[in-house]
Amino acid sequence: MTRRTALKSAPEPAVTSLLTRHEVLARHLPGLNSRWLAECRTAALARFQEAGLPGRQVEEWRYTPLGALAGIAFQPARLSPAAEVHALPTAILPLDGCRLMMVNGGLDAALCDLGRLPKGLQVHSLAHVLNTHPERLEPWLATSAAGPMADLNSASFHDGVLIHLAAGTVAETPLHLVSVGVAVDHPVDFHPRVVVVLEDEARATLVESHCGVVDQPYFSNGVVEIYLGRNAHLTHVKLQDEAPEGWHVASHAVDLAEGAAYHATVLHTGGRLARHQVRVRLRGPHAEARLDGAYLVDGIAQVDDTIVIDHEAPHCRSRQLWKGVLDGKGRGVFQGKVRVARAAQKTDAYQLSRALLLSPQAEADGKPELEIYADDVKCGHGSAVGALDDAALFYLTSRGIGRAEARRILMEAFVAEVIDGVEEPAVREALAGLVRRRLGGMG
Amino acid sequence: MPLLDIRNLHATVDGTEILKGIDLVIQPGEVHAVMGPNGSGKSTLSYVLTGREGYRVTAGEVLYRGRDLLAMAPEERAREGIFLAFQYPVEIPGVVGMTFLRAAVNAVRKHRGQDALDAMQFVKLARQKARDLEMDEEMLKRSVNTGFSGGEKKRFETLQMALLEPSLIMLDEMDSGLDIDALRLVADAVQRMRSTERGMLVITHYQRILSLLPPDRVHILSAGRIIQSGDRTLAEELERTGYGAFQERAA
Repeated sequence: MTRRTALKSAPEPAVTSLLTRHEVLARHLPGLNSRWLAECRTAALARFQEAGLPGRQVEEWRYTPLGALAGIAFQPARLSPAAEVHALPTAILPLDGCRLMMVNGGLDAALCDLGRLPKGLQVHSLAHVLNTHPERLEPWLATSAAGPMADLNSASFHDGVLIHLAAGTVAETPLHLVSVGVAVDHPVDFHPRVVVVLEDEARATLVESHCGVVDQPYFSNGVVEIYLGRNAHLTHVKLQDEAPEGWHVASHAVDLAEGAAYHATVLHTGGRLARHQVRVRLRGPHAEARLDGAYLVDGIAQVDDTIVIDHEAPHCRSRQLWKGVLDGKGRGVFQGKVRVARAAQKTDAYQLSRALLLSPQAEADGKPELEIYADDVKCGHGSAVGALDDAALFYLTSRGIGRAEARRILMEAFVAEVIDGVEEPAVREALAGLVRRRLGGMG
Repeated sequence: MPLLDIRNLHATVDGTEILKGIDLVIQPGEVHAVMGPNGSGKSTLSYVLTGREGYRVTAGEVLYRGRDLLAMAPEERAREGIFLAFQYPVEIPGVVGMTFLRAAVNAVRKHRGQDALDAMQFVKLARQKARDLEMDEEMLKRSVNTGFSGGEKKRFETLQMALLEPSLIMLDEMDSGLDIDALRLVADAVQRMRSTERGMLVITHYQRILSLLPPDRVHILSAGRIIQSGDRTLAEELERTGYGAFQERAA
């Protein structure tokens, strides 16, 4: 696809365009008949107007200010997909099972494959639910995601997905949710919204893939809200493989009741700039959160993973493991914060982030933070930034393996610790294949 | 033509001269032992011959089957048949043993104009060679050398040697970290690889391994020079008198 250098209309600051546009769009947003939602959207809009795009002066956004977005003249996304999209899903992750497809933030029924939807699992277009039974969303929607970008999403989203798993239900096959950005004639922004509810004792695997069919910049500003009931178990894999022109911001909020378990693995292989932000609340005792992540960046791309885990109840466990491979002028940021409330005795929390720098211009920043108000806890963190191990490299080449292949083997091994943690074999294999291909072009 | 012909080899590490003029010729079928005290340059010699970074050759030349060995990259040397069993094999977490072995074997096979082995063919071959070494197959599913005992590491080195079928085998302190049974097993495996085409260079501090792997020639290395060469009786003499006597004589 050719890249168009000149934009047709004169660029105007994105914030202004997003806000003035909102007045027009608001009339078309779903669920306006329900008062709580209208109020929620209005309040979110007011907060975003007040805060603006987060800049360097905001501590949480220090390494990844979004001011540059203001220089791109985003226009509302077209809701009808381009023909190119129909060929794409198999090119991303070859996964069997149910597939949901969102194009520019809107669920596209024609592209979904819900033929093998497990019993007890309900999947709905958010727009549809908001127009027909908005009250079904009231307990969940916009109760946990916070921050200026989540607010912008709340004010702007026109569709998304509601995934609901009934109590005691086990969804055997993974549910694959694909979000595609289509920006062909002008830069577009869209704000996908996903709500996932697993009732007590339910179990499921959700795979999220993000990609783009574009020759223009695009901005995906998603929010995912996840509620896990007692002893519910969610495996959540996210692949961020946006096009090189893609700006990706995602705000995830995860809420765990007693005994619930959440295991997330995020893999960044694309994007111009990606910010993956997660807030986990361990609200019930004996809940467990494990968040693993890997990113591969080169060129001038930047990936930022910012995690906050709130231990609010006793006997909870949390783990964070992050691995980054950086080449060119790539930049990686990992901010992991663990807050342990006074009541959260016997907390067991650990985080580790490691970055592998392949080029002298690449940069990795890490900021581990522990905020502990309880006195009987086990909390720790570690981080390291380094180059490929020369001794290991020599060992491999001394056995006949070429230098380039040896480097790739070591890079793959470095990332493997994260990828190997994915329990579902088909998903794990697909991710490993993607990592292998991506690393082939690095180092 | 000699298999290996080292002529007046000088090498430095971090600007310090470690090898100060080594001459050594290995003919096909011969086993040579290089013995010497710690710091005499034994390991440096093995690293210079395998092309490790940081080891700079300042004078002399090395011909391998008549070709300039020092001009070759480490992987090229390995593909041409040079193998070093390391004294301290490096742990490589995340790289599965079986995957690593197959990548190495196929790189060498490709160089020899042979077809690559697929996963099934390779697993069969590796299993058989592992059995010969009384190695637990589970070890091949683990990360390379990671968490291995000293003995396991040496067995894994020997397995690589058996799979790669090199022409020039160098053993750097093969007996360190091995109990007598494991040493015998490893030495037997190396002994089985002795042939009229292969040459071996056994680098060792102690005479122990040489009784299991009798050398044709023994060289005593001291302060970067070979101070005496002889047949296997030299190793026995060394065992009785210690290095001191030889060093005094050389001085």
